[in-house]
Amino acid sequence: MLSQDIAIVLPELVLAIYTMLALLLVVYTGKDGLTQLVTWATAAVMVAVALWVAVAGAGNQTAFGGLFVDDAFARFAKVVILLAGASVLLISEGYMAKRGLARFEYPLLIALATIGMMAMVSAGDLMALYMGLELQSLALYVVAAMDRDSKTSTEAGLKYFVLGALSSGLLLYGASLVYGYAGTTSFAGILSTVQHGVPVGMLFGLVFMLAGLAFKISAAPFHMWTPDVYEGAPTPITAFFATAPKIAAMALIARLVHGAFGGITPQWAQVLAALSVVSMFVGAVAAIGQTDIKRLMAYSSIAHMGFALMGLASGTVFGVQAMLVYMAIYVTMNLGTFAFILSLEMDGKPVTDITLLNQFSKREPLKALAVLVLMFSLAGVPPMLGFFGKFYVLKAAVDAGMGWLAIAGVVASVIGAFYYLRIVYYMYFGAEQPGADSKMSPVQWLALMGVAVVMLAAVVNFFGLEPAAVAAAASLVG
Amino acid sequence: MNTLISLITFVPAVAAAVLALFLRGNDPAAQRNAKWLALFATGISFALSLLLLKGFDPANTGFQFVEDRPWIMGLHYKMGVDGISILFVMLTTFLMPITIASCWNVQTRVKDYMIAFLLLETLMLGVFTALDLVLFYLFFEAGLIPMFLIIGIWGGVNRIYASFKFFLYTFLGSVLMLVAMVAMYHAAGTTDIPTLMTYQFSHEPIVAMGMTITGGLQTLLFLAFFASFAVKMPMWPVHTWLPDAHVQAPTAGSVVLAAILLKMGGYGFLRFSMPMFPVAAHLWTPVVFWMSAIAIVYTSLVALVQSDMKKLVAYSSVAHMGYVTLGIFAMNAQGVDGAIFQMLSHGFISGAMFLCVGVIYDRMHTREIDAYGGLINRMPAYALVFMFFTMANVGLPGTSGFVGEFLTLMGAFQVNTWVAAVATSGVILSAAYGLWLYRRVVFGALVKEGLKTITDMTRRERAIFAPLIIMTLLLGVYPKVVTDIIDPSVQAMVATYAAANPPASN
Repeated sequence: MLSQDIAIVLPELVLAIYTMLALLLVVYTGKDGLTQLVTWATAAVMVAVALWVAVAGAGNQTAFGGLFVDDAFARFAKVVILLAGASVLLISEGYMAKRGLARFEYPLLIALATIGMMAMVSAGDLMALYMGLELQSLALYVVAAMDRDSKTSTEAGLKYFVLGALSSGLLLYGASLVYGYAGTTSFAGILSTVQHGVPVGMLFGLVFMLAGLAFKISAAPFHMWTPDVYEGAPTPITAFFATAPKIAAMALIARLVHGAFGGITPQWAQVLAALSVVSMFVGAVAAIGQTDIKRLMAYSSIAHMGFALMGLASGTVFGVQAMLVYMAIYVTMNLGTFAFILSLEMDGKPVTDITLLNQFSKREPLKALAVLVLMFSLAGVPPMLGFFGKFYVLKAAVDAGMGWLAIAGVVASVIGAFYYLRIVYYMYFGAEQPGADSKMSPVQWLALMGVAVVMLAAVVNFFGLEPAAVAAAASLVG
Repeated sequence: MNTLISLITFVPAVAAAVLALFLRGNDPAAQRNAKWLALFATGISFALSLLLLKGFDPANTGFQFVEDRPWIMGLHYKMGVDGISILFVMLTTFLMPITIASCWNVQTRVKDYMIAFLLLETLMLGVFTALDLVLFYLFFEAGLIPMFLIIGIWGGVNRIYASFKFFLYTFLGSVLMLVAMVAMYHAAGTTDIPTLMTYQFSHEPIVAMGMTITGGLQTLLFLAFFASFAVKMPMWPVHTWLPDAHVQAPTAGSVVLAAILLKMGGYGFLRFSMPMFPVAAHLWTPVVFWMSAIAIVYTSLVALVQSDMKKLVAYSSVAHMGYVTLGIFAMNAQGVDGAIFQMLSHGFISGAMFLCVGVIYDRMHTREIDAYGGLINRMPAYALVFMFFTMANVGLPGTSGFVGEFLTLMGAFQVNTWVAAVATSGVILSAAYGLWLYRRVVFGALVKEGLKTITDMTRRERAIFAPLIIMTLLLGVYPKVVTDIIDPSVQAMVATYAAANPPASN
C-alpha cells in the first residue's frame, strides 16, 4: 500500500527532494553565486510539476489513510499555485539581483512554501491541514524579512510572524474543539458526525478555524497585517503573498467547509457571507486614500478575497466553481500588475508612489496601455476578464438566494473602481513632471503584456478554464 | 449564420487595433494616416450598414440578420436587429464618419484619439445589436472606458472631475442592472433577449420585512434597470453628470455623447423595461411621467440662465430626453414611434448643435456666450447653419424636431392630460433659450475686438454639416422613411404590453 500512497504524493515528493538537494548543493558550493541558476531551476521544476499534475493526474484518490486527498479540486489549485510561484520567481529575478537581495534561500523558501500549499489543498484531515499550513507560513515569515538590513522588511516579518502565530493558535484551538466533539480528525469522519446534529461546541470550533483561515486570506476583519506586510516586504515577496498563498488558503477553506462540514451549509455560509461583505467594503473604502501602490494592492486583494468568499458563501457546487475561476483570474491579474510594479524605479531606486506615474503614458505608451487594461480588469469593468470573475460569483450568490450579498458586492466594486481609476488618471491625465521609469527585464515585459492580452482575449472562451473548474468543483462537492 | 452585423460592429475595432499596433511615430504624416484610416473604417462600417438597411424587412417584427454562437457559461454570442434597433445602428454608423471628420484639427495624441473613437463605435454598435443579456452588458459598460479617456485626456480645464463623475455615476447605475440580469438568468434560465422578451417574470407581491412590494420580482428588476437607464438617459434628477461631462469633453466627444450614447438609455427602456417587465412599468408610469415633465420644464429653465454655450445645449438635451421617456412610457403607438423618432432626430440636431459650438470654439477658444455677438457680420454661412439647427432644436415644423415632439406629446396626452400640458410648455421654453442664445451670439453689432478677424466656415466644416442638414429636413418633411421601418415592431411591442396589463385589472 505504501508504494501506492507514495505514487499519489509523488509530485510533492519530487519538489521536496529537489529543494533539499538544491539546498545542499548551494550550501556546499558557491552560495549566493548560484542564486540565478537556482532561481531558474526552481521555476523550471515548479512548471514541470504543474504540467505533470495537470496532465497525469486523474480520478479521486486518497493516501495515508485519508490524510492526503488527490482530486480534481486539489489539482486545479495546485496547478495555479505552482504556476503562480514559478511566475513570481521569474519576474522577480532581476529585481533581487539589482537590490543586493539575490540570496539562494529565496527561491528555495518559495519552493518550500509551495510544498506546504500543495499539502494544504490536498488535506483530508485536520492534522494534514495544520501541517501544510505551518510549512507554508514558516517559510513565508522568513521571506517577508528577507531584506535583513531594512527596518520595514524586518518589521513586516515580525508583524506577520506574531499575528500569524496568533491566527494559528485560533485555528488549532478550533481544530481541537472540532476533534473533541467529533472524536476524529479526518474530514470524512467529521462529515458523517455532523449529519446527526451539530453540538454548539463544534460550531465554536468551526468559527475559530474559519477565523484562523480568514487571517491567511487576509479577509476583513482579520486583515490588519496585510497593508503593512505588503508595504514592508521586498516587492517580489509581496507579489508572492498576493498570489499563491491566497489561492491555497481559499482552497483550504473550501475543502474544510465542504469536505468536513458539508452537511451544515447554512451554519458556515453566514460566517463566510459576513466576512465577504466586510472585506469588500474595507478593501474598497480603505484604499481610497492610499498613494503607495503596494498598500493599494493590499487593500485591493482584501476586496478581491471578499468577492471570492461570496462564491463560497453561496454553499453550492457552482459557488466553488465561481471561487476557483475568480481566484485563477485574480492571480493572473496580480502577476501582471506586480510585474509592472517591480519594474518601477526612479534614479535607480525602486519606487511605489502612484503620484510618480504622472503622464507615464507619454513615456511608455504600450506599457501604460497594458496597465490600463489590468486596472480596468481589477475594477471588474467589462470586457476585461476581471468582469467575468465578478459575474461568476454574483451569479453564485443570486442562485443561492443571497441577492443582498450581490448588491453589496456591486456597490463595493463601484467604490473600489475609484482607486483603480486613479492610477489610470495619473498615467494618462496627470501633470507634466518628472516621474518614475519602468525598466523591465524581458520576462517582466512578457508577463505584463501577456497578462494584458489574456485579459482581453480570454473573453472569447476562457482558454478552457471553465471545464477544469467545473470538474474541480464537482469533485469537491459532488 | 449571418455575419453582416458582426462585420459592421467590428470593422472599427479592427482598424483601432491596426492603428495601435502598426502605426508608429507622432509626426504630421502619421497623424494624417491615423485620421484617414479612422475615416475609412467608419465609412466602411456605414456602407455595410446600408446593406443591412437594404436587406431589412420591416414587416417582420422578429429579429433579423441573427448570428448565434455558443459562448462561455451557457451564454451566447448573439447579434441581430429588429425594427427598433436598426435605425440606432444606422444613426451610429452615419454619425461616426462625421464625428471623425469634425476632429481633423486635433493636435495632441491624434492616434490615441482615433483609437478611442473607433473602439467607442464598436461598443455602441454592440449595445444596439447584442441579443444576449451579458453581451449587452459587456458592450454597454465597456463604452465607459473610451469615453472616460476621451474626457480625461482631451477635455477642458476641469476634465478630471468630469471624467471621474461620468465614470462612477454611470458605473453605479449599471452594476445594479448587472445584479438584475443575474437574477433574470436565475429566474428564466436563459440570457437570450428574444426569449426573455416573451418570458413572464413573476409579479406576485413580495412581502419582506413587513413591507409589501407590489409587482414583486418585476418591480425589483424594473427598478434596477431603471437605475441604469435613467442615469444614462439622463433623467431628472440624475442628470447632473451630463452637463459636467459635456462641458469638459472635446467637441467630438460631446457629439458622440449627445447623439449616440444618450440613446442607449432610451433603447434600453424599449428593449428591456417595457417588454420584459410590463406590469412593473405600468405601475411606475405616473412616476416616470412626472419626472419627465419636471425634466422638460426644470432643465429648460436651467438652460435659460447658462452662460456657457455647451452647458446650455447639454441642458437642452436633458429636456429633449424628457420627451423621449414621456413617449416611451405612454406606451401607445404614437408615443413610442415619437420617442424613437425624437431620439434619432435629437441625434442629428444635438450633434449638430455641439458641432456649431465647436466651430466658434475652435476659433476663439471660449464657450462663454458673452464673448460673442454680431457673428452674422463676418460669418454668414455659419449664421445660417446655426439658425437652422436652433430652429430644429426648438421643434419648428418642417424639421425633424417637430415630428418627434408632436408625436410624443400626442401619445402622452392620451394617457395623462396634465403631464402632457406641462410638457408642452417646454416647447415654448426651448424656443426661449434657443432663440435668446442665437440672438446673443449671432445678432447685434460686432463690437468685440477679438471677433473682428474671425473667419467663416471652411469647406471641411460645411461638408460636415451638409449631411446633418439633409437628414434633419428629410425626416422633418417625410417622416414616413422612419416610421415605416419602426412601426410594425412598435405595434407588436405595444400589443404585448397591453396584453400584460389588461384594462380591467387597473
